[in-house]
Amino acid sequence: MTLIETMAGVPEGSRLSQALNARAEILQLSEAAHDAVLLPRESGGLSHGLRAALAARMCRHVGDETLTAHYESYLAHSSDLDLAALARPGGLRGDPAHDAMARHTDLLTLSPREATRQDIAALKAAGVSEADIVRLSELAAFVNYQLRVLAGLRLLKEVQAR
Amino acid sequence: MSEVVHSFTATIPTWSPYVKPVELASATTEQLAAMKVTPSNKGVSPYVLTLAHDPESLAVRSPLFNLIMYGKDGLSPAERELGALSASVVNRCIYCAAVHASRFISYSGRNDVVEKIFADERDATLEARPQALFNFAAKLSTTPIEASADDARALGEAGLSELEQLDLVLSAAIFGWANRLMHTLGEPVARPEAL
Repeated sequence: MTLIETMAGVPEGSRLSQALNARAEILQLSEAAHDAVLLPRESGGLSHGLRAALAARMCRHVGDETLTAHYESYLAHSSDLDLAALARPGGLRGDPAHDAMARHTDLLTLSPREATRQDIAALKAAGVSEADIVRLSELAAFVNYQLRVLAGLRLLKEVQAR
Repeated sequence: MSEVVHSFTATIPTWSPYVKPVELASATTEQLAAMKVTPSNKGVSPYVLTLAHDPESLAVRSPLFNLIMYGKDGLSPAERELGALSASVVNRCIYCAAVHASRFISYSGRNDVVEKIFADERDATLEARPQALFNFAAKLSTTPIEASADDARALGEAGLSELEQLDLVLSAAIFGWANRLMHTLGEPVARPEAL
């Protein structure tokens, strides 16, 4: 069972569960996407620990405790324990590149519509490479996708149960 | 002179990145594979060349996107486009909104729905079924997520099956992803012939 299915907890045999089975390939690719952004082979300037910390930060912004706990467990298993501050909204650690990435993560989660060219310029000025800007954007975009698939599924489940 | 597009439109602009895209000539084997570059297919957009900086993500997201938007059964192609459009309006991704408004119109012939959404955005008043889809998809796209059980219940009342409801969740959510790339990594620029 994929992470999204485990966390959504849709009862087996329900019509929603049958719908999920019909979309099994999408769920598997969503799992592969999770692995590609959280545990990539080539992590660039975003260590697996940093990715987990930022993912937990985004989940806290949206208030998803289950998914926050998932990413906190990834962070706890990484060797980058000094990144813990970045896992909390508002938390910074004094490293210009990491702090700029945390701020950009906040922007992409809370108000992506406000993003402009200057936000990318700020990342570059903090020493974040072009490739790392794309890696960070994919991470933030994926986690926001995953949060919405889960939130949507929970709502459909709640309505169906009644 | 290129002109940045700031208003919603169903006329598809081009897209200009804020970061330097990967150069095709120096792309790695993994980047070429993620971009689906083959000897017979060398046309790659600036958007895909930009995303090629992270080939592991790109290689997975492309097939995921295609299955969600163009997979068989379930929600109609037009209504998947409506889900995509709803998210793109909330996130103000002008480029995504243009592409998917245009596709919605070609599938459904309903320019009027797009005109209402572009004019009134979140306050657009539509017929019962598109209204239920639009409300749910838009409210799933906000942070914090505003969608409620009432919004979900309205989907069933509008006649959507469980599979159609799931497809709407997926089409709105995948644009929570796409908008966060397209709108934040570059900007829409009017095509020369549209000026």
